[in-house]
Amino acid sequence: MKYYTDEIRFEMTSNPLMERIAQLKERDYADDGCYDEAPRDFADAMENYHLALELVDSVTEETIAPNAESVDLEGPHCEQGRVRYATKTYENLKAMTQAGLDGVTMPRRYGGLNLPIIVNTAANEMVSAADASFENVWSLQDCIETLYCFGSEDQRQRFIPRVCAGETMSMDLTEPDAGSDLQSVMLRATYDEEADCWRLNGSKRFITNGDSDIHLVLARSEAGTRDGRGLSMFIYDKRDGGVDVRRIENKLGIHGSPTCELVFRNARAELCGDRKMGLIKYVMSLMNGARLGIAAQSVGLSQASYTEAVSYARERKQFGRPIIEFPAVAEMISTIRAKLDAGRALLYQTARYVDMYKSLEDISRERKLTSEERQEMKQYSRLADAFTPLAKGMNSEFANQNAYDCVQIHGGSGFMQEYPCQRIYRDARITSIYEGTTQLQTVAAIRYITNGFYQNVIQEMLSQQVAESLLSQQERIRQMEENLSALVANVRDTENQELLDLSARHLYEMTAYVVMSLLLLRNAQLAPDMFGQSFEVFLTYAESECQKHATFLSHISPDNLRNYRV
Amino acid sequence: MNLNIVVLAKQVPDTRNVGPDAMTAEGTVNRSALPAIFNPEDLNALEQALRLKDRFPNTHITVLTMGPDRASEVIREAMYRGADQGFLLTDRAFAGADTLATSYALAQAIRFLQPDVNLILGGRQAIDGDTAQVGPQVAEKLGMNQITYSEEIIEFLPDAPQPVITVKRHIDGGVEIVQSPLPCLLTVNGSAAPCRPKNVKRLFRYKKYEVPRICCADIQADLQQCGMAGSPTKVKAVENIVFRAKESRTITGSDEDIRALIKELKQSKTI
Repeated sequence: MKYYTDEIRFEMTSNPLMERIAQLKERDYADDGCYDEAPRDFADAMENYHLALELVDSVTEETIAPNAESVDLEGPHCEQGRVRYATKTYENLKAMTQAGLDGVTMPRRYGGLNLPIIVNTAANEMVSAADASFENVWSLQDCIETLYCFGSEDQRQRFIPRVCAGETMSMDLTEPDAGSDLQSVMLRATYDEEADCWRLNGSKRFITNGDSDIHLVLARSEAGTRDGRGLSMFIYDKRDGGVDVRRIENKLGIHGSPTCELVFRNARAELCGDRKMGLIKYVMSLMNGARLGIAAQSVGLSQASYTEAVSYARERKQFGRPIIEFPAVAEMISTIRAKLDAGRALLYQTARYVDMYKSLEDISRERKLTSEERQEMKQYSRLADAFTPLAKGMNSEFANQNAYDCVQIHGGSGFMQEYPCQRIYRDARITSIYEGTTQLQTVAAIRYITNGFYQNVIQEMLSQQVAESLLSQQERIRQMEENLSALVANVRDTENQELLDLSARHLYEMTAYVVMSLLLLRNAQLAPDMFGQSFEVFLTYAESECQKHATFLSHISPDNLRNYRV
Repeated sequence: MNLNIVVLAKQVPDTRNVGPDAMTAEGTVNRSALPAIFNPEDLNALEQALRLKDRFPNTHITVLTMGPDRASEVIREAMYRGADQGFLLTDRAFAGADTLATSYALAQAIRFLQPDVNLILGGRQAIDGDTAQVGPQVAEKLGMNQITYSEEIIEFLPDAPQPVITVKRHIDGGVEIVQSPLPCLLTVNGSAAPCRPKNVKRLFRYKKYEVPRICCADIQADLQQCGMAGSPTKVKAVENIVFRAKESRTITGSDEDIRALIKELKQSKTI
């Protein structure tokens, strides 16, 4: 299979947590007998996961991949306040819906497939490897997860089946003056007593897939407030009208994904969840889901870079030899592969944590959890929270680095609009920006660095037995961890916030390198043929990077912080 | 109204992706190197049936195939894509059938299993035999009209006083629009709409579906008209002919390779 690769299959099957994930998601296989398509046990569930991903593979290979170039060139258009997608985007959406790949994680009673988030993550990765822009349009359906978690039963019943039947979604958060700082959102929500509904007025900017069927909108419901506590979440149904697309942005990449400026004119809307919880609770949940999605998109782009780089370097001959035989080229390709494998290991580990905590959280809405389950939920909730910014930040940076190297391997041809690598390069650029820049991922992760959370996780991973042949590598990782811990302690001891802020990105990357090295160590132990080589390459790369950051940090002190002020 | 559609399908070796190991040393087809697939034009035929089902929800699609046990995978695949049921005609007595015996068995099965059929659809031809004879012969045996090389169903009026179907045919140098009363048999071209993907819920639902098997006795087939006995076509010999160039070179699509080739062809006065 071209897109459902052995490496993704390995991530689906190799982790013992998978059995618990399936059991929780399936509520001990309670749907068996009620729905023909429900699995009866773990083996049956795993068979379904593979079948679903094999189907994603064939839709991707037969439809999405061949359409990608045309979608990129044509792009969407704004016509009389509406978005008209690129012609082939409609074809892609239709194929996904015919394949039934909508509402992937939603329960069966609403028409969903009830698949775990890790399966959805793999689907996102695969679709992105063919066309990252289409992945945006399709995977924004995942917003339904937030409506499912916080909407009323009535709202679930009205909206979830529509998404499961193929309707699209968007999350309308950002405004001209509220990007990273969502507390400043000003779109006005007022209650219309006469019509007994909320009305939205104002504008939103940079809204991906902004002309979708069902929108989740962040708006200011509390007049006179200026911060996050005055914001609530609303559902806008396109069938009600009142929201128009003013324009579509011209972008560097992801051309197939319409980025819209929206005008709300007295648009009818309904409240989702409780007032004033919009930003504090619901958007945070929405964003965490979206960040996992971008991490998957990034890994897909890295995979595409790897595939394209290998294919070109094997074909292209210079000085009488395929260029892949030159060490300078081969090193670039090996490094792409190493970052891809390490980033992917981090992605799926995160997805497993999210699955665990989301399922338990969902069960807690149905019945009281046992104290062990509560403990389990708390543990995985923190792990998911700590790992999501690592997975999103690192994979999006890797996607950019890998796409850069992929273009480089193509030489002059890579700079022309001739090979897919230029599209991958342009598409990758946004991944480290949207759904929270890498700088904001660092902010989200830093408290887990300073409070020792990652350190504990790392220690536990380091305590795992490894094969004799991998002992020296494990020791090298231990050394990296010790250096990191010492640096964290140094920075923390200064009690200088500016120093901490400046060091954060460096400590964040070092942490991520240690975690990824350990994850890849485990993979290399389980599947040496698949990961042995990339683990070695990654470990050396990670050590060099950590050394670089350590050198930087060793030269930073409260005395010379001024050098970095501009 | 209820519509009955039968789709004829065949499992074939994937001859489109023939590699160097496609034939064994003995000159027979190396089945393990050629995966068994749904005959491509039969998928085009299935899509036409599914489109009618989209328009007329009370449509019942039956898929019929003849072959060994593993051919039941074709039936399952059709069900993943939206067919309602399927039957596998399988019996030792069917073995070795040429197109005449195959069409006899299929026609006989339709008589027994779907006597009220409104429309029969099949691919134009299978990629292994390339005869394009089975569909037309089934129509003849059932005494119904046939439209070959169909590309698109333009009009379908099953509940008109005189039910008709209007079809666009793909013919040499153009298209032809023809109309026929129903019931009717269509063979569908590869240029028709591609088949929709499998559906994930149907995949989960039918992955272990036991395809009903039909033998000679079930359809009261005349053994003299089945399998080898009913096949006037006799294969005298199968020979593996490999085209070999005495001396060959592989030329890539790179500019320099193409330039060198042109130069060489000019020098040898070939062009």
